Formats: sequence, C-alpha cells, structure tokens
Amino acid sequence: MKSARAAGTPILRPGGSRLLNTLRANLLHWKRHPFSALIRLACFLSTCITVFALLDVVADILIKGLPNLKPSLFSLTYTTDNQSLLPSLINTFIITALSLIVAVPLGVGGAIYLSEYAKRNSLLVRAVRLTAETLAGIPSIIYGLFGMMFFVISLNMGLSILAGALTLSLMVLPVILRTTEEALLSVPDGYREGSYSLGAGKLRTVWRIVLPPASPGILAGVVLSIGRIVGETAALLFTAGTLARLPSSLLSSGRTLSVHMYVLAGEGLHIGEAYATAAVLLVFVMLMNGLSGLISRRIIKE
Amino acid sequence: MSKIEIKNLDLYYDDLQALKNVNMSIAANRITAFIGPSGCGKSTLIKTLNRMNDLIPGCHITGSVTLDGEDIYGKDLDVNLLRKRVGMVFQKPNPFPMTIYDNIAYGPRTHGVHRKAMLDEIVEKSLQDAAIWGELKDRLLKSALGLSGGQQQRLCIARALAVQPEVLLMDEPTSALDPISTAKIEELALQLKEHYTLVMVTHNMQQALRVSDTTAFFLLGEVVEYSDTEKLFSMPVDKRTEDYITGRFG
Amino acid sequence: MMKNRFDEQVEVLNTQMIEMGSLIETTIESACDALQTADLQKAREIIEGDALVDRKEREIESLCLRMLLTRQPVAHDLRVVSSALKMITDMERIGDHAADISEIVTMMNFSAAMQPEHFGAMSRAAIEMVHRAIDAYVRRDVDLARDVIASDDTVDDLFCDVKQELIELLSADASRGGEALDLLMIAKYFERIGDHATNIAEWVEYSVTGLYKGDVLQ
Repeated sequence: MKSARAAGTPILRPGGSRLLNTLRANLLHWKRHPFSALIRLACFLSTCITVFALLDVVADILIKGLPNLKPSLFSLTYTTDNQSLLPSLINTFIITALSLIVAVPLGVGGAIYLSEYAKRNSLLVRAVRLTAETLAGIPSIIYGLFGMMFFVISLNMGLSILAGALTLSLMVLPVILRTTEEALLSVPDGYREGSYSLGAGKLRTVWRIVLPPASPGILAGVVLSIGRIVGETAALLFTAGTLARLPSSLLSSGRTLSVHMYVLAGEGLHIGEAYATAAVLLVFVMLMNGLSGLISRRIIKE
Repeated sequence: MSKIEIKNLDLYYDDLQALKNVNMSIAANRITAFIGPSGCGKSTLIKTLNRMNDLIPGCHITGSVTLDGEDIYGKDLDVNLLRKRVGMVFQKPNPFPMTIYDNIAYGPRTHGVHRKAMLDEIVEKSLQDAAIWGELKDRLLKSALGLSGGQQQRLCIARALAVQPEVLLMDEPTSALDPISTAKIEELALQLKEHYTLVMVTHNMQQALRVSDTTAFFLLGEVVEYSDTEKLFSMPVDKRTEDYITGRFG
Repeated sequence: MMKNRFDEQVEVLNTQMIEMGSLIETTIESACDALQTADLQKAREIIEGDALVDRKEREIESLCLRMLLTRQPVAHDLRVVSSALKMITDMERIGDHAADISEIVTMMNFSAAMQPEHFGAMSRAAIEMVHRAIDAYVRRDVDLARDVIASDDTVDDLFCDVKQELIELLSADASRGGEALDLLMIAKYFERIGDHATNIAEWVEYSVTGLYKGDVLQ
C-alpha cells in the first residue's frame, strides 16, 4: 500500500496550501497530457509577445515624443522654424468628419439594403459582397492614384481636402458596408419576425428593431474606418497634398497628422517633432476607441 | 361559429408543394391544435394565417383563407392590419432587446398609440392578461432579456395581446421551456380562449390533449384528420393518425 | 408498422391475461367438480388457491399502471390497458365466487345427494361464458364478445328455473331447508359469475371498438 502510493502520482492534500495544490494538479495534468501542456505554453508565450510588442511601441513613442511636446507645437501657423502640428490636427478632424459624412450613410444604407431588402444570398448580394471584399484588400496607394485621376484632375478639384476626403471615403466604404452588413445579419431573425407579427412595416422594423442591436457592430466598423483614415498617408499625398496650413476652404490643400509625420520624418530634420506628432496621434486614436466603447456600451444598456 | 375558413389551400415553396388541398374551418373562442411529424406543413399552415409566409421568398399559394369572411390574401387587404388582428407567438421566445415596458408598448406605438397614460394602461392590462403582471410590475424598465425563458414567452404573449388581436397563433410555444413554464403557458392558453381564438402547433401530443378543443393531424402537407380532440385521441378514424399518436409511425 | 416497446408490453399483458383467465376457468371447473363429487379435499385446495388469482391480479394491475405512467397511451393502446384493468377486477371476483362455492361445499351435508335438474346446465352455461369471454379477449373477437353478452339471459333464466325447483323441493320437504338454501346460494354465485363474464365481454368490445355498451366513453 505504502509503496503503491510512493510510486503513484502526487496526491492532493486537503491540508496543503491552495497554491501548492494548484501546482500539484497542474504538474499532474502536464505529466498525463504533455502535448496539451505544450500548446498551453505556446499560447501563453504568444500572449506575452503580443502584449510586450504593443507596450514597447507605445512606450517608445511616448518616451521619445512627450519630451518634444511644447506649447509652440500647438500654434495656429506652421513655419519652417516652428513645425506646429495644430493645423494638421484640425485637418485630420475635418478630413475624418468629411469622409465619414460621405461613407457612413452610403455604407450603412447599402448594407441595410443588402441584408434587409435584397433577397438573401441572391446574385446581387454575393456580387456586392465579393466586390467590397476585393476593394477592402486594395493597397491605399491605388486609391490615391485613382483619387488623383478622378477627383483632382477629371473633376478639377485640385489637391484639396475635399478630394482627399472623397478618396478616403471610397477607401473605407467597403469596410463600413461589410461590417454593417455583418452586424445586421447577426441580429436574430426572431426580432424581425416578432416585429412583423405585431403589424409593423419594413421601415419601422429596420429602424426600431434591427438597427439598435446592430449599432455596436456598425460603430466598430466606423471606428475601424477612422483608424484607417487617421493613419492614411499614401492616398492623401496625391489627393489632399501636403500643405501645412489651416484650410481656407474645402478646396484648399491640407495635410493630416500622419502626412505631417511622414513629411517631418522624411525630411530627417525634425525627428523629435515627428515623435511628438506620433504621441498626439496615439492619444487621438486611443480617445476615439475609448469614446466608441462608451457609446456602444450606452447603446447596449438601452 | 367559424372564425377562419380555409378552402382548397395549396402552398408552394418555389416548385415544392408544402400544403395540399387544405380545407379547414377554425372555430372562434376555441383552441385548435396542429400536430404531425416535422416537415408535415403544420407550421407552414399557421404562418399562412397571418401571412408570415410572405417573408419567405418563393412562397405562393392558391385557394383562399378568410378571416370573418374577408379574404386575407385579397388585393385590398393591409397585411400590417391583418397581423394586428392575428397575433403570433413563436417557438423560441423572442423579446426585443429593450425594456419590458417598451416590448409591450412597441405594438401599440406601431399602430399609433403614443399617449403615456394610454400606453401605461395597455402595458398593465396586457401583462395582467398574460398572467405575468405580478412578477414583472416592479421591473418594467429592466431589459426583457434578463427574464427566464418561461417569463420571456409569457412576455411575448403579452406583447401580442397588446395590439388587441382577435386570433392568437402559437408555433410550438413551449418547446423551449421547462415543464413548470409549460404548465403556466398551457393554463394561460385555456384562460385566453374566452376572448381569443387560439391556434397552436405542438409536438407534444399530451399538450394537444390537455389544451385543445379541436385537433388537426398533418402528414406530408395534407390534413389527414381534423376533429374533436378527445375523439381524435380516443378513436382516430384514419390508420395513419392512430399510428402517429400511438408512436408507431414510421 | 414499427414494433415498439409498448407492443412488447402489450404482449406480456396478453400472456398474463390468458394465464389469469385459464386460472379462473380451471378454478370454477374444479369447484363444480368438488360440488358434484362432494370432494372436500379439492374444495379446500380451491379456497387456498384463490390467493394465486389475487396475486395474478396484482401483477397485471402493476403492469397496467406502469404502462399508463411511462407510455401515456392514447387511442387503441389506452383502451387495451384500461379495459385490462377493468377486466381483472371481474376475473378476480369470479375467482372469489369459485372459492365461495367451495366454502359452501366444505360445510354442506351431502348425505342426501340432492341436485336440482337444471343445476348442471346452469353451471355449465356460466363456465362456458367465462371461457368464451376470455377467448374473445385473446382473439379480439367482437362477435364472440357480443354472443357472451347475449347468453347472460340464458344463465339468468336457468337461475330462475333452479330457484323454482328449489321452492318446489322445499314445499315438498321443509326439513331440507338448509340444504336448499345452500344450493340457492351456489346457484346465485354461478349467476354472478355469468354477470362478471358479461362485464368482461363488454370491456372486450370496448377495447376493440371504443364503444362501451354502445356508447362512446369520454
């Protein structure tokens, strides 16, 4: 009896500390299922690396960027002596807002048509889906070229905020369309049936029953789009130009924060200011994410 | 008195015929049960009674269905008004993701009731009629999704009652519920038949026996036997009915 | 038609019913023998053997209740089980009457072997009714069951004949009053056995057609 126990696996002792017992249970588990233990370890390491990489990037930007942040960077005008980022920040807001004003109604409207009105899985729906997916995968520089040919030259907008925003709205349209469609499709059909069975029409059903539960998903698509807009440089270089001034109208050229950073870093003269811009951009993106999380939580609560 | 009259009804999903020459008259203030194996057409038929089948692409019918003598597939008929008159409760409880109050008020609001006092009254009355007011009156502004399955289903019944229907269709209303919730729904159905005409699809034959006054047995899209429930279950006329209700179907 | 567990249980029930049926048949036949041959030993055996019939009744009863509880049968299935439940009560009573007859036999004075003329015919008719009622159940034979129900009148008539004979006997020789009364009681038991056989036949008819005494049971 005694020898059998000695040769056997460790036994959990009711009196032992909880930590020790957990450890013993884990050891027992690893001994019996070595492969499963290996996978577990690999997954744990992946998590560590991901988190570490993210923290490294954030820390690097903040460490190098924050010391370079000075009040003069937030002056209204950009000069060769003072690489103010405020005009670019304002341009970023304007371009983001413009792009969304164009892309969100189109994308959400299109998605509503595809999921609520068109016949499910019809040829049209599948064709649009395929197109959207293809468009979402095209490199942004190609959007830039198209924007230059079409908006800047053919429509004679010149290098302008409007041309840039329109180009970017084309770029994020498929993203919004697809995420919205997915969000709408994930609303249970039971809700729709419930609404119709009470005598509600299509419009009311979509507006009051389908859209609210889909809105966090739609918002996620919008946030994703904002991320792409804010981070875009290539498509804007050809369409909105790089003028670092507050725009006088929608048809004047203007650079966003990313473009600003790209130009500063490209010149190689103002790396510190570039880092400071990066820090502002980072905070901007984090604020956007936080805000959208807040909104979607509020919506879910209702 | 017959509330709904179905005459020579054929229903197709594209080329597939799902209902074959159904003739049936459904009595007012009675509970009519539809039984039969899966895919026999009983759910399809219940959905033709409030035209929920309209939502299924490729679905078309011939023959007629009348409600109080009015053809519900007629050209002038407003489908939304029809669905207000013929309410429906589904297999899976499907409360909307909003408050209990808003769930009930959704129907009346759809049909133009917006006065707060009026809505309050409708909400209370509907919940009382669905025998769930006592359980929910203190949490009307909480989300309906936090309720138990049985409560959700009774909430859905209350929601259907809130638009003052004449007929209530129930598509396997208790198949997702535990026995106690099932008993409550059955009890509720028996109370409701005083004011409403009920049609219920069920897979549970004991339920059909306990609750319904008339039973129709469906097989392969046809009504094999339609008669008084006790008669159908004690002395079925058709051999197929007997085989099905005694569990020898196959 | 798919054969299921319920059908297996129905077969078991049938076998049990046939066993109980043949048990009571042999019991009343022996009781008749004991009466005719004044076999007191046999009569005592019959009285003790009644416990066997009672045990059979319990067995069938619990089988039926189990079938009702676990299968919740409907339609024909329900009629088979419920009629079996009703029939075994009558069968058990027939067994009791056979024991009652035997008890009288053990206490009777057979010195002056007196047998009314119609007595044998009556007991044979009653036994025949029981036999045919059980046969009708086994074969699900409605016509046979109806025959049994009709033949109850024959037994009733024979009982009147026996009674008349016994009255005549009494008025001829009042000193044999005790004997005459014993015989009257035995005759009454046979008459009751005929009634129970009729009940069985009526339940057979119900289990096959769903009609009990011509009406729908609700």
